[in-house]
Amino acid sequence: MISELLRAIESLDVPADWVGLRAVKESVGVRAVRDGLPRSNGKSVNQGVMVEVLVNGQIGYGATNSLDLDSLRAAAKLAYEQAIAASPWTIHPLTPAARPKVVGEYISPFVKPLDALTPGEINDLLVRLCQTLKVSDQIVQAVATAIANETETWFVSSNGSEVYQKLVMLETHFGATAQEGAIVQQRSNNGYLAHCYQGGWELFPEPNLWERATQVGEQAVELLTAEDCPSETTTLVLAPDQMMLQIHESVGHPLELDRILGDERNYAGGSFVKPQDFGQLSYGSELMNITFNPSVPGEFASYSFDDTGAPATREYLIQEGVLQRGLGSLESQARTGIPGVACARASSWNRPPIDRMANLNLEPGSDSFEALTGDIERGVYMESNRSWSIDDQRYKFQFGCEYAKLIENGKLTKTLRNPNYRATTPEFWHSLKRIGNDTTWQMYGTPFCGKGEPNQVIRVGHGSPVCVFENVEVFGGGE
Amino acid sequence: MLETLTESTTNSPMETTFDQIVAAVLSELGTDEQLTLQLTGEQSQFVRFNGAKVRQTGSVADGELHLNLMKGDRNSYREFPFTGKLETDLLQAQAALKELREEVPQLPDDPYLVWPKGNATSHEVNKGKLLAAGAIASSILPEVTGLDFTGIYAGGSLIRAYADSAGQKHWFATETFSLDYSLFTEDGQAVKGTFAGSEWSQEAYAAKLAESKLQLERLAQTPKPVPKGQYRTYLAPAAVAELMGMLSWGAVSESSMQRGGSALGLLQRGEKQLSPQFTLKENFSRGLVPRFNNWGEIAPVELPLVENGKLANTLINSRTAKEYGKTANGADEGESLRSPEVSPGNLATANILSKLDTGLYLSNLHYLNWSDRPTGRITGMTRYACFWVENGEIVAPIENLRFDESLYRCFGENLIALTDFQEFIPEVGTYGNRSLGGIWVPGVLSEEFTYTL
Repeated sequence: MISELLRAIESLDVPADWVGLRAVKESVGVRAVRDGLPRSNGKSVNQGVMVEVLVNGQIGYGATNSLDLDSLRAAAKLAYEQAIAASPWTIHPLTPAARPKVVGEYISPFVKPLDALTPGEINDLLVRLCQTLKVSDQIVQAVATAIANETETWFVSSNGSEVYQKLVMLETHFGATAQEGAIVQQRSNNGYLAHCYQGGWELFPEPNLWERATQVGEQAVELLTAEDCPSETTTLVLAPDQMMLQIHESVGHPLELDRILGDERNYAGGSFVKPQDFGQLSYGSELMNITFNPSVPGEFASYSFDDTGAPATREYLIQEGVLQRGLGSLESQARTGIPGVACARASSWNRPPIDRMANLNLEPGSDSFEALTGDIERGVYMESNRSWSIDDQRYKFQFGCEYAKLIENGKLTKTLRNPNYRATTPEFWHSLKRIGNDTTWQMYGTPFCGKGEPNQVIRVGHGSPVCVFENVEVFGGGE
Repeated sequence: MLETLTESTTNSPMETTFDQIVAAVLSELGTDEQLTLQLTGEQSQFVRFNGAKVRQTGSVADGELHLNLMKGDRNSYREFPFTGKLETDLLQAQAALKELREEVPQLPDDPYLVWPKGNATSHEVNKGKLLAAGAIASSILPEVTGLDFTGIYAGGSLIRAYADSAGQKHWFATETFSLDYSLFTEDGQAVKGTFAGSEWSQEAYAAKLAESKLQLERLAQTPKPVPKGQYRTYLAPAAVAELMGMLSWGAVSESSMQRGGSALGLLQRGEKQLSPQFTLKENFSRGLVPRFNNWGEIAPVELPLVENGKLANTLINSRTAKEYGKTANGADEGESLRSPEVSPGNLATANILSKLDTGLYLSNLHYLNWSDRPTGRITGMTRYACFWVENGEIVAPIENLRFDESLYRCFGENLIALTDFQEFIPEVGTYGNRSLGGIWVPGVLSEEFTYTL
């Protein structure tokens, strides 16, 4: 493919300052079972090329799913004409420095390739999962899903870039819904489709899969008779499968430089963070160390280069609670003068790259789980995201979880249902009082981060230890 | 400005290619096989704005063909790019069919599999007059000089098509545009506007902007912090549309209802009621979206869902009907709202503020989610032009508030009135591809709306 794209780029006759071709081929196999019966089986292949043309400081793009030379030339011509037409109104004149020359390759680590299991074998596993989840007649729904995704990207440019990246990914989910009259409760394996990783079928089935599925089913039933989460201001302990969402919504999105620049204000929103905050804002407690880390083996959004060719490296965004760096591409860095990271990512060939999270992790501290909870006189421990909502400045949020435990005198006691909490972002992160060590650290991912105009949904990974927050408003469900 | 318009055709060569592929693959089917083909396609122009400048501009030519092969009680699908070029696409289709024949025997039986049936056909082509790609920025931006204007123009042709081995065939092609924008004040207050249709009119665009500019002037005052609590609240049509959007996510679906996942379970069981003033239906009579679904079935022109506060119908697709012994009503695979409409009431525009008296006027809502789905409770944020009103007069814009409120209160016991007018709120989403349609909704005046943060 690289050689074909190079031939194409040589044949283009647009008088541009820079031209880039990014081809993407995404192959996705979906296997989904509900209540032991197949719900979805199949495979999709999505393929196309985006031609980017820089002229008069403005980039225009033409994207096509036709890979022949004539179509690529037509897309380049369209991209050129649009760049010319828009250039009198360009928001910031760009130079080819926004698309540096880069040559390299990245391939996800994997052991068993994505075709190692047959469709029949995968369905057998999922059917058995549903059967295992149905621990009682009160389970009114059991679901299991496995999605195998191979995404290849080829990037070449008129200034000599040649990049090939191959992502091999497996996304799995299972969960149960229990019902008794008007009481309905759901429990899943760490939240909807949270088990998203780079790798192959060595990731599934996991060694403890069947025990975990039984536990998920039993906890769904347990929640039917559990007390509602109390309404009070208390100590909140969050598991890594909820910290994933907490980091994503209240750290990741507000640090995106395109939000701070206003690009997103008409859709996802802006940010309470201002350009002058970088290097000095106390974002949270001194325990808070957030890294942008695209180099974690197996984490869902690892890569070596972003979609503009910027080499991706691990960087601290927040160090000892102080804001250091933004989630900003080379374009956003040029527009703001704020240090960023290699995060210009596109959901596919048919969308332009914008500032996105990738792997965004909270670094571990020093406390074991027992040490974290042992001196809590009263509090609530919550697991697995169920509900999420935050304002357009990423300031006021309310999140809900599937499962909770009351903490009394250092012990996890009663199970609680419908646990929710709400706070404002700076107040919340400053209330971070203890942070778990690497034995509590877990990583998850999601393919559903939505943003951008035109809209784009993209993969992100988040790792976190168990964390303790003080004086947080928690509450339950009902009217 | 007519020289900037293109009266483009709606890709009739695409339909020819689709027809040729359908004929070719159907001719290869065995007597014990059934096949459905679904096509989604678009040629779209996107221009993204920020600060009344162009942030990004480009075009996308895209299409996917989805083949679903059924044999006995087993099925599987393949999806691949549809380019409109027969030589490329037919090879892909034939390869897909070969793969499906190898895969289907490996899969478990699906007793609720729906085979295509009937011989329904439809053909609808709506031509538009859209801005030429090179004229978008020059048509839009001069009107907003000096304003902090942000948003996106998206326009072009869209195709949705279907064919199957039973003999059904549907073709829906349309040309549309939407300009989804915000105007901001220096301190970050904003008004939202949407200008959409199938024929661009510079005069209509200028008029729409003039309306937005007037609204922007109302935001000149310093925002007022409003303490959390319960306030009488007017939800403008765009805000009501956000709340109605939640109904497609585990509410009106019969499949969700059957398995405990519906927020309208309390309504169905008669444990809760909505206001007799509240009526919701599917209404396809305006023709903005195709009436056929992923089985080629045609939905009724109108289907009442909630009539005068009582659940009249859920959305039931053929699979759900087979599984639970129900009668299908043309719903799509996800049993989501496709062309919804909330009936108007009797509150006149001129009386909105006086009837609100003291409370909150909300133009838009943002980032909604179920906070407790079985009880119909939704949380979300106020957004854009939202005001504190006292004694029937707008006092000041507000600092955004979080709400957490039940549908059964807002559209039930606490509903005071619906406006006597509806607005069309277009669906402007572009995830994967450009969306079609929208919702017709009135404004809603409700008592004791709950704000929590």
